[in-house]
Amino acid sequence: MSDDTTEDATDDAGVIPERLPIVDYLQLGDDPHLLANECTDCGARYFDRRNACAKCGKAEFTPSRVADDAVLKSFSIVHRAAPGIPVPYVSAIVETGDGTSVRANVVGLDDPMAAELGMNLVFTTYGCGTDDNGTECVAFGYAAA
Amino acid sequence: MSDAVWVLGTSMTRFGRYPDLDAVDLASQACMDAMVDGGVTIHDMDILAAGTLFQQGGMGQRVQKQIGQTGIPVYNVTNACATGATAIRTVHLAIKAGEAEMGLAVGVEQMGKMGLLRGGAKDDTNVYEPAGRFGAVTPIDGILGTETMPGVFAQAGMGYAYENDGVGFEQFAKVAYKNHLHSTLNPLAQYRKEFSMEEIMGSPVQSYPNTLLMCCPTGDGAAAAVLVSEERLRSMPTEVQKRAVKISASVLTSDPWVESGQVQPDVNTLTRNAAAQAYETAGIGPEDLDLVELHDCFATAELIHYDNLGLCERGGAGDFIDSGAPFRDGRIPVNVSGGLISKGHPIGATGVANVYEVTTHLRGEAGDRQVEGAKVGLAHVIGLGSACGIHILEKAA
Repeated sequence: MSDDTTEDATDDAGVIPERLPIVDYLQLGDDPHLLANECTDCGARYFDRRNACAKCGKAEFTPSRVADDAVLKSFSIVHRAAPGIPVPYVSAIVETGDGTSVRANVVGLDDPMAAELGMNLVFTTYGCGTDDNGTECVAFGYAAA
Repeated sequence: MSDAVWVLGTSMTRFGRYPDLDAVDLASQACMDAMVDGGVTIHDMDILAAGTLFQQGGMGQRVQKQIGQTGIPVYNVTNACATGATAIRTVHLAIKAGEAEMGLAVGVEQMGKMGLLRGGAKDDTNVYEPAGRFGAVTPIDGILGTETMPGVFAQAGMGYAYENDGVGFEQFAKVAYKNHLHSTLNPLAQYRKEFSMEEIMGSPVQSYPNTLLMCCPTGDGAAAAVLVSEERLRSMPTEVQKRAVKISASVLTSDPWVESGQVQPDVNTLTRNAAAQAYETAGIGPEDLDLVELHDCFATAELIHYDNLGLCERGGAGDFIDSGAPFRDGRIPVNVSGGLISKGHPIGATGVANVYEVTTHLRGEAGDRQVEGAKVGLAHVIGLGSACGIHILEKAA
């Protein structure tokens, strides 16, 4: 698989991106990572498009990279899910090394029951589907460190 | 005389499935029965608050067109699973504000066999296009963690297990065991069957640790309450006054910002805040409660609310359920109705139904499931988004 940088789907008309991140706070490329909107006043971090900061009310943000290392703070092994989702899978709430909570799946476990509260994890990416144009969707998750 | 607000009349339909009725039928029935219970009519109402989550809009007005179009203000309210408490809260506010002497709050839902409540499923779109506030190209439920209700509440429970000792699958399962057992005494419960711990832990896993028997069902039902000002109550016959139950606290909170809140709904802080406000307003502490009806949408949820409502020591919810304290013969009976898990959870109705339940015990009218000598009770619901509604109710002196 090539490592082309992701192209925005809204770029030049007619250009079909090879890969797209599943969400826009996932940055692809040679060094994939999560990029949060960080409030310039109080430091609160957000993954969505913002109107203002829910903590302090200010309306100025700066992009801020989220650390790759994380600890598993909570999880659930989901057996019953929306159609098309392979089950069982491990849904996880992790806390990154720089104190940001992220929700994703724990990936790469032979047995979902091997997930353990407090286990050390590291950020990773994987393909999560292809559309009719051949564009690959890339998701992120956390694997045992 | 204080300016407290009282429950004058209340009723709920049995929760279950009613394919031959619509939601307006159910809500109208609950309203009419609540008014009969209170000895009043629609012409006595100064305000109507109708709570529902999934039904078509304008429920209050549609109920009026069945039970009386008197031109009173109508609030159609929604706050996810805290919808019913919000309807009560709305009427309470109006009376407190001096804008109403009497009002009607109804909560209703008709869910049929809705099944798993979850995030959006994959649709037929075959080209990835970033959309929404996260620029998502496809529904993320199942890829970036879970958005299902059993999963979200499982994570809430597991987060507590991570922070505190003595909490695991067995403790969560005991909650379901208790509530199914309690429901056998409640004729209004959707399910009235006892299950063993083996059956509960062995039932199909929905989202570990929540198995099927640890999840509330979907269903149909309604509950309603008539609230009245104290001034107006004192003008009523003595026997009516004796059955009235005082609302010592009516509190609604939403979830304050927490760092993890954008990835996992925090159902703890807003409950703690609501409980603190409620205990302070009512002038009591959790140790004064004779019964609690709390929001056990899933067994994992009930366990953490023991801690959030201060029923147990901080971090001690595992020991609390192990000790038997929340069973009906324990120190602080929790969910003697059977809880949402067994009594049912027609979403809009629940917040009013648990006020109905506590009121009924305080009146000494709960029959086989009566908590003896009950004088003070607490009703609690949470709606994700979020909202927490707590009412503290006291028997008339």
